[in-house]
Amino acid sequence: MTDALFLALSALAIWSGWRVFQVDSMVRASFQLMVSFIAVGLIAVLLAASYIGIATIFMMAVEMMVMALFMVMFMMNPAGLNPMSMVHQHRFAVAAGIVVFAGLSAAVLLSDLPSHPVPEGKDVVRDLGHELLGPSMLIFETAGVTLLATMIGAVVLSARSGRYGASDHGSLPPGLTLGGEPAGRKPDEAGSHHHHHGGH
Amino acid sequence: MTLVSVLIVAAALIGIGLYGALSQQSFVMLMMGLELMLNGALLAVMGFWSFSLGGMPEGQLLAVIVMAVMAVEMAVGFALVVAVYRKRQADMTESLKTMRH
Repeated sequence: MTDALFLALSALAIWSGWRVFQVDSMVRASFQLMVSFIAVGLIAVLLAASYIGIATIFMMAVEMMVMALFMVMFMMNPAGLNPMSMVHQHRFAVAAGIVVFAGLSAAVLLSDLPSHPVPEGKDVVRDLGHELLGPSMLIFETAGVTLLATMIGAVVLSARSGRYGASDHGSLPPGLTLGGEPAGRKPDEAGSHHHHHGGH
Repeated sequence: MTLVSVLIVAAALIGIGLYGALSQQSFVMLMMGLELMLNGALLAVMGFWSFSLGGMPEGQLLAVIVMAVMAVEMAVGFALVVAVYRKRQADMTESLKTMRH
């Protein structure tokens, strides 16, 4: 039963992963990727990692919905009504993919892999909780701080408008009186200090 | 379901992801390839944890870290795509010839 489920889920994961690059609409591609992630999450549940598997499913469902929104922003072929193929160096990419798959598979088949399965009835979710909030708390918290830094970085990269105007023009606060001098500290040389213009 | 079969499925996902990351012209599709490679990496981590670590919780911790990496990759990747699009009106890799801004 487990083997049949594993076979079906891995076939689904690989097939939908392949379909990501074959469908004609980027939104469909992101949903295909979501199917692939969900299949991998269910395989993780089969592998006794129920917490990680379920967390993967929830996280990827949300992440791919966000991805689909970005796809709508950037796609040039809404609804996938026209055939879409936007590829370059196609043969090289196919060859690289096959070489990597073959190489990794050969490494897997030729290595002497250690065998020490999860003991029956081991309370793995409780173990993970104790690990996360015990010996590995610093690692776990570092991941949290990394995510915070990511949020700040994403806002900095993607936001153009500052509070007092476009940030890439140097922002000036409004005057204290109507039409008066801008309040606050003056930027050095009208903000050109902060720009690296290309070409020198 | 053995460690070998799980790792071969993971290798297939990594191979497909690499194909996508190398072949796609659109930045967002390129990122899908990267995500698919991380998907394979996550599966490999889970396989090793399940079959070779005897249930040591550190293996699951590594999977949690891989998931955090996925989230970081997607957030920073999309922010970069938006920044590049705003600066250059470009969403294809061919449109960028240099790294200057």
